Amino acid sequence: MSGYQLNGAVIAHDEEGYLTDIGQWTKDLASVIAKAENIDMNESHWEVVNFLRDYYEEYQIAPAVRILVKEMTKKYGKEKGDQKALYELFPYGPAKQACKIAGLPKPTGCV
Amino acid sequence: MSEMKKFLYLNRKAPYGTIYALESLEVVLIGAAFEQEVSLAFLDDGVFQLMNNQDASGTGMKGFSKTYRALGDYEVRKLYVETESLALRGLAVDDLMPITWEDEDEDYAEKPSIIPVSKAELAELIAGHDVVLSF
Repeated sequence: MSGYQLNGAVIAHDEEGYLTDIGQWTKDLASVIAKAENIDMNESHWEVVNFLRDYYEEYQIAPAVRILVKEMTKKYGKEKGDQKALYELFPYGPAKQACKIAGLPKPTGCV
Repeated sequence: MSEMKKFLYLNRKAPYGTIYALESLEVVLIGAAFEQEVSLAFLDDGVFQLMNNQDASGTGMKGFSKTYRALGDYEVRKLYVETESLALRGLAVDDLMPITWEDEDEDYAEKPSIIPVSKAELAELIAGHDVVLSF
């Protein structure tokens, strides 16, 4: 089992890089995962990550991209809730890749 | 675009102990992403899936009852509950968790998703759908 290195500890992830135990997530760990994904986290990235974590907390699922776009629009306005903008932040898919950084399971319906 | 098919998912089993309820919910969430009009019906032990204040910690399964409340986001707005099944189990609609959807045309007004129906009404609903899947 491979893992992320954080302060001398190894945090296990599955073969696709999703955390084995989602309870181990911290902001510092998110930065480590982001680095492994070649993403330089800025404020906009964190907004998406925090949104996903709140959504998961409330509904116990990671939303599909379509839902993410809709809900981000509602919360932050059209500029943020834009599919293209979200893909620019997370080139491998705003749901798939952002969920990985947010320490959540892969969204339902993602292959 | 061809006419949208109407899907009805029947949920007949208790939430934990078997994988049926969770599988149904996942299929619904995936299916709702396509051009489908999706509704759910809960009958027999399936009505337990919507019970309020579920605690799954003793089951060894992840609790997923909160996820039903996300269905509105996925445009699944009709959750039919058979009243005879509720009554047989000593339950009332008040024992179920509140589930709502937001009406974009009315400034995101929250509207209830749960619709109590009788056995006879449910039979009519089943007849009125193009695809019926039973879990």
